[in-house]
Amino acid sequence: MHTIEPAPVRKSVTVRASAEKAFDVFVNDMGSWWIKGHSLTESGQKTVVVEAVAGGRWYEIGNAGEERDWGHVIACDRPNRILLAWQLNADFTFDPAFHTEVEVLFEAKGDNETTVVLEHRQLANYGAKAQDVGGMLDSGWGGLLASYAAKVA
Amino acid sequence: MTYEDRLFAALADPTRRAIFERVAGQRQSVAELARTMPVSQPAISQHLKILKEARLVRDVPSGARRIYSIDPEGLGPLRAWLDRFWSEQLAAFKAAVETADDS
Repeated sequence: MHTIEPAPVRKSVTVRASAEKAFDVFVNDMGSWWIKGHSLTESGQKTVVVEAVAGGRWYEIGNAGEERDWGHVIACDRPNRILLAWQLNADFTFDPAFHTEVEVLFEAKGDNETTVVLEHRQLANYGAKAQDVGGMLDSGWGGLLASYAAKVA
Repeated sequence: MTYEDRLFAALADPTRRAIFERVAGQRQSVAELARTMPVSQPAISQHLKILKEARLVRDVPSGARRIYSIDPEGLGPLRAWLDRFWSEQLAAFKAAVETADDS
């Protein structure tokens, strides 16, 4: 069995805000900016909740009040860092046995400027699934992208 | 074509998908692939070129041959999706944090 160790997905953005504000909007107000199309709820996304403490839940609330778990908080150090467990598998189903990590660092560059660095890692955990490309396409990545593109357009 | 267009175009062809799956299973040369598939070596080379352009496979020289394997930086469609997903989310976050009330 060939094992792949893919590089993490790394993204960063610099915002005009203090580290505290950047952290609070990112973590405590995730529902204000999370793209509504990226949702697991049947009734559409009302908001997203991150319980900013180690062991806290990370979940979505639908307009009808239903909740869908996304993962949990592994570590939280306001305003410097939060480490989240992303537990949605390649089928976008919550799986408590599945685990990838999303680390977000808030690096203050001045009084009113913060660079937010995001790393989504342990992607090798998708390995078996990701290699099954034929099945993955059949099970909906193509459809998902088409739906996403339609929303963006 | 965008990267995603290339990616899905690359995997839309069943022969190319079969080649990708074999390379994912075990790193190998064009000649090794040709021995186990009803496809000519030049055709396999052409398919591999397209897979490489889609960042699904990479090749390293080994003597006179080139050995093909999965691109460790890539993860096929999943990775393309994640890259775009987080770019969009961070752009939305930037817009939100910069328009939030400074109270």
